Amino acid sequence: MLDQPTNERRLTIARAMAEAMQQEMSRDPTVFVMGEDIAGFGGIFGNTRGLFEEFGKERVRDTPISETGFISAAVGAAMDGMRPVVELMFVDFFGVCFDAIYNQMAKNTYFAGGNASVPMVLMTSTGGGYSDAGQHSQCLYGTFAHLPGMKVVSPSNAYDAKGLMTAAIRDDNPVVYMFHKGLQGMGWLGTEAGATVNTPEEDYTVEIGKAKVVRAGTDVTLVGLAMGVHNALKAADKLAEDGVSAEVVDLVSLVPLDRETVINSVAKTGRLIVVDEDYHSYGVSGEIIATVTEHDISKLKASPARITFPDVPIPYAKHMEQFCLPNPDKIVAAYRKM
Amino acid sequence: MQPTKEQSLWMYENMVVSRRFEEAIEKIYLEGKTPAFNMANGPIPGEMHLSNGQEPVAVGVCAHLDADDIVTATHRPHHQAIAKGVDLKKMAAEIFGKSTGLSGGRGGHMHLFDPAVNFACSGIIGESCGPACGAALSRKMQNKPGVAVAFLGEGAANQGAFHEALNLAGSWTLPVVFVIEDNSWGISVPKSESTAVARNDVRAAGYCMPGHYIPGNDPHAIFDIAGQAIARAREGNGPTLIEVETYRLAGHFMGDAEQYRPEGEKDALFAKDPIPRMRERLVADGHAAKDLDALEDRAEARVAEAIAYARNSEYAPDSDALTAVYV
Repeated sequence: MLDQPTNERRLTIARAMAEAMQQEMSRDPTVFVMGEDIAGFGGIFGNTRGLFEEFGKERVRDTPISETGFISAAVGAAMDGMRPVVELMFVDFFGVCFDAIYNQMAKNTYFAGGNASVPMVLMTSTGGGYSDAGQHSQCLYGTFAHLPGMKVVSPSNAYDAKGLMTAAIRDDNPVVYMFHKGLQGMGWLGTEAGATVNTPEEDYTVEIGKAKVVRAGTDVTLVGLAMGVHNALKAADKLAEDGVSAEVVDLVSLVPLDRETVINSVAKTGRLIVVDEDYHSYGVSGEIIATVTEHDISKLKASPARITFPDVPIPYAKHMEQFCLPNPDKIVAAYRKM
Repeated sequence: MQPTKEQSLWMYENMVVSRRFEEAIEKIYLEGKTPAFNMANGPIPGEMHLSNGQEPVAVGVCAHLDADDIVTATHRPHHQAIAKGVDLKKMAAEIFGKSTGLSGGRGGHMHLFDPAVNFACSGIIGESCGPACGAALSRKMQNKPGVAVAFLGEGAANQGAFHEALNLAGSWTLPVVFVIEDNSWGISVPKSESTAVARNDVRAAGYCMPGHYIPGNDPHAIFDIAGQAIARAREGNGPTLIEVETYRLAGHFMGDAEQYRPEGEKDALFAKDPIPRMRERLVADGHAAKDLDALEDRAEARVAEAIAYARNSEYAPDSDALTAVYV
């Protein structure tokens, strides 16, 4: 591997998230972190590593396995002037605690007519690809993004991960921060190399609600988020071998959704493929396609396509799960059919 | 712990305000709903859960709270809101769905939020408990005074949210008090058929906190026990669970035919109506009847003023529906 310049640090997403929390906790005494195994253990996914040692058990608080209890407690604390960052270990576990999330966290500001706020971050892991089967591998982006009152973000790399976490903690609204396990950089699970990038040491924010064109192109727009961005970038490399110029849009944020960046890209390329590891139907992929077709269908030179997870529970066996997951070859094949 | 003369009168006045308020709401609720009852019609549409009969719980507890303390309330919140000091005019206007309401008509009667007195609600059973723990944790972490009280019904004590919250409060020694209003009915299902224990106070033992059961729907007895529990929380000694026997004099919601009630139950409950009983007690304690008459008149005037304010207020523009999702 080439030597990196000494003034540039490459961080994993896990490290970047922890660094953002560390800086915000230092800056603002109302920020605290709670969840299962987030204190001395440093988080199952490494994203709170080092916080407990620096801030102690009051502000880096292990909870009982009571997601309803501690997430609704975070709502109460947020409404009382604190800024909790609370972890739902796997997004799949939302089933035991969704009332705290969508009926309280997301609605209390509205119920208070805007006279109260719920400044909290709910961070949660998403994604499969490592044979953890149907209750530990889902993305559920669309489920959260569908319900009004909470912002929803998901970084594809460490730079965005840090800036989004800082922005989320400083936001006066509830933010659901979804991090993909396959990008996280944990010792016990392979990581997408492209997620570990140069990350400034000083604090900074990445705007919530702004998508990024991460690769410019002219022939087709590939839209994704989190792992989908990396699949899209690899597909773009393959397409380039055939002389096809693909533009890749990283959504970064689902709520608010930066529809303009998608629309502008498709206006240029005339073709749209959405890459989404969430289930096929009623989700992010349909929303992106509707965004483009509602705006100006005449810009499309071909029917849009979507590479998604089929509408089945996530299978355990490696070959079956890999069969279902999006990958670069599926994206390339979809382009060739256009 | 016994209330002072002023505290007794405060409790009685808030009970009367709550009762008169609900009588007014009950009457107005039926406007536009006859001859055919349709919940969607009239100046107050939607579900309406009245709390008449349950006033002693709210006043006996809230007599020990000030604006800075936190209350998280239920789908049946009027008496709790009034006792906590929620602005009565804005509350009435909210129930009418008017622009001058607590949330400009976005929340309605099950979602009364008044940050000025730290009052919040949830229409979901048992979901008052977790937020109260969080608010209590916030005070503890910030080293600020204040206790949180979560009100809930006896049916909510069978929800997971209740048990998770009690465990959190016990584990973290939080300044929170859980107050169960046991009106013995979860809509149509009696407590005896839904709950493994006859009294929920025994469940406190599972979470290493004191538990109290208060029979008789008696404001003075509630004042006594709640006062001890709240003082305990203020002193940093942790949470308490209280269950209070109370009476739901109305149906679960307006329009409920209450056919599940045994014959004669309602008559027996009305015979124990806590408001005349409280007045009798105050008279026996030496309060002059004319002073109590004046207090009742004052309460009635407050309610009339709030209702008039609500009636005379404007509706917000339709498009206000699209605002205040985020701050």
